[in-house]
Amino acid sequence: MSESLPVGAAGKLAPIRASVPNAAKVRWPCNWPWNWPWNWPWRWLAGAALIALAVVLPFALSNYHVFTLTQVMIYAIAVLGLNILTGYNGQISLGHGGFFAAGAYTAAILMHRYGVPYWATLPPAGLICFVLGVLFGLPALRFEGPYLALVTLAMAVAMPQLLKYFDTWTGGQQGIVLVKPLPPPGLGLDRDRWLYFFVLAVLLLAMRLAANLLNGRTGRALVAIRDHPIAAVAMGINTPRYKTLAFGASTLFTGVAGALAAIVVGFVAPESFSLFLSLSFLVGSAVGGIATIGGAIVGGFFIESVPNLANDVSDAAPWAIYGLAMLLFMYLMPRGLVGTLGPWFVHAMRKFRSARGAPK
Amino acid sequence: MRAKQRLLRGLCAAAGLMLATSSLHAAGQYGPGVTDTEIKIGNTNPYSGPASSYGINGKVHAAYFAMINERGGINGRKINYITRDDSYSPPKTVELVRQMVEQDQVFLLFATLGTPPNMAIHGYLNDNKVPQLFVATGADQWNDPKHFPWTMMWLPSYGIESRIYANYILKNLPNAKIAVLYQNDDYGKDYLNGLRAGLGDKAAKMIVATQSYETTDPTIDSQVVALQASGADVLLTAAIPKFAAQTVRKVYDIGWKPTHFLNSVGNSVGTVMKPAGLEKGVGTISATYIMDPTDPQWQDTPEYKEWLAFMNNHGLSANVTDVQAAIGYSYAQTLVEVLKMCGDNLTRENVMKQAASLHNLRLPLLLPGITLSTSADDFDPIKQMQLQKFDGTTWKLFGEVLSGS
Repeated sequence: MSESLPVGAAGKLAPIRASVPNAAKVRWPCNWPWNWPWNWPWRWLAGAALIALAVVLPFALSNYHVFTLTQVMIYAIAVLGLNILTGYNGQISLGHGGFFAAGAYTAAILMHRYGVPYWATLPPAGLICFVLGVLFGLPALRFEGPYLALVTLAMAVAMPQLLKYFDTWTGGQQGIVLVKPLPPPGLGLDRDRWLYFFVLAVLLLAMRLAANLLNGRTGRALVAIRDHPIAAVAMGINTPRYKTLAFGASTLFTGVAGALAAIVVGFVAPESFSLFLSLSFLVGSAVGGIATIGGAIVGGFFIESVPNLANDVSDAAPWAIYGLAMLLFMYLMPRGLVGTLGPWFVHAMRKFRSARGAPK
Repeated sequence: MRAKQRLLRGLCAAAGLMLATSSLHAAGQYGPGVTDTEIKIGNTNPYSGPASSYGINGKVHAAYFAMINERGGINGRKINYITRDDSYSPPKTVELVRQMVEQDQVFLLFATLGTPPNMAIHGYLNDNKVPQLFVATGADQWNDPKHFPWTMMWLPSYGIESRIYANYILKNLPNAKIAVLYQNDDYGKDYLNGLRAGLGDKAAKMIVATQSYETTDPTIDSQVVALQASGADVLLTAAIPKFAAQTVRKVYDIGWKPTHFLNSVGNSVGTVMKPAGLEKGVGTISATYIMDPTDPQWQDTPEYKEWLAFMNNHGLSANVTDVQAAIGYSYAQTLVEVLKMCGDNLTRENVMKQAASLHNLRLPLLLPGITLSTSADDFDPIKQMQLQKFDGTTWKLFGEVLSGS
């Protein structure tokens, strides 16, 4: 790997970037942190430091905080899925809570009825949600913008009732209680910490896969379709194929997140997947940075912690505080935290380096 | 930044935990969350979301405990009531309850509301031996002290209500031919099974037809018609308000005149009888255990007046017609009684022991004659109800208090 090749397939974009004369032109969408203009040892060191922090952190925290961090990572995977669709491909979905539920129930039914080990439920959950997403994406090809949002909204609205209807499988209103997985013996980890590391591994894998998908040809095609569909067709991009692919890939990620949620919470019920969950994903996606990979983690934090913080600030009107936080984010950082700070950071680094006379 | 904050908070929590455990050694008689001056109680309620109308329960608890604290608390200890909004979403309940147990170190969980939210924390609380006292849900499964010795109900269970109907039928309508309409889930089946158990060996002969519906069905018309065709002269309906209203109307419209027993889940005047058509529900029978605050016959009693004064003094005047507020008040009183019974031995084991040894505890807003009793193998405190008949405007109590055990 040459020095200029960054993590993931971002390197394929590097020649294009290099041809841009003015470094300040780094624009949204920004794949920060994958496109940090750092030399590779620094990049690797920073990455290693982040991962080391993620590994050490659970040993410094109480079980409850480990559990909430696990939830954050699960939401991050779901938001990452939504980012692929909404951020990179421009298809708005209000229905990802429905796919999250489908993934959760796939895992729950496999574990509960067929005794499948928890880790083995992730591939089928992802696969089923991929198929569901592609099927859903086919008719969605005819819809754009707000109309598509409404079609996907149908998914979110219908899912809880569908789950109640097929109650021989889903347990109906009562839901399904799952046995929480035991940590593998010999590691000296308790359940909460083991699940934390399990989810962390899935999150890192998901981010890596998303980076590979988005930073190459496919990513450019998705972005082109979002920015100018007609031009994209003129360039020979198979729009329907990429759009359905985006749908399927997106719901795959979200479905895997749903399966993890079922495993970690140990219980699924239709009430777990209300319409508000779908809205939360969209909010998390927008707050973190809608066409970013790192933004998904910020989004996960927002979904998990802001309602709780709002409740701490005011018992009487927590949702007003939540709304205020959302407004502030959108007003100050319209492209989300990572979408706004990322390019700024890249720009600052380049300036710093050119001031030092370092090679570009 | 966030990671740092979390780290800091985590360290604080760990420090708090160490302090808490060290103080536990000093006192001996106290479980987590209890000191010489305070008892920490945790609760979740849906203050937002689709089930938010039930949130009044938590507000009434908080007001009641505030009043107890103003009066000096329980044996000198104030109740620190921590109630959080779970929006009726089970994963949120798990998270909030874990926060309350592991971080806030509550002594026990009290009156957590709703079947799905309670299902989600059932295993966790029992694994960790944290009392899940007086869950606010009526399914039969909560009364299972053998497998879940840390979970106790409060409401009369669906099965008990159904047995009460069975006892009444056996006594007053011995030759009845019974039809049952029930929701096809655990709740509906609790009623069907309760009726079967209550009728005993006569069940097979007396129950001539059963029909179920799914909550996704648009109407229950065909089920009602099929039940009428069975020749039954008694109908038991175990349905939520929407379908209960449809049943009352359809039974009347097709000219069927069975003795109609309507479950308490769907017997509200506002959401069932009015939409069905008030005149169509005349003669329908249901059961209750608590004084309806809108019933004029209670409004001169000292119990009602005390409750009204409490509600008005705590900014809850808008809810004085809400039966949920009366239920929340009675829940809070039950907990205060149990904590009083514990004396200075405030361990989690002892609170379960005391809660399991209630003996004819009388609460002001329960119907006259109804009391709370529990034992080591019976964790459902209320087993009595009184029948009531709809007269076209309100429910009128009749007969004696009946037992469903």
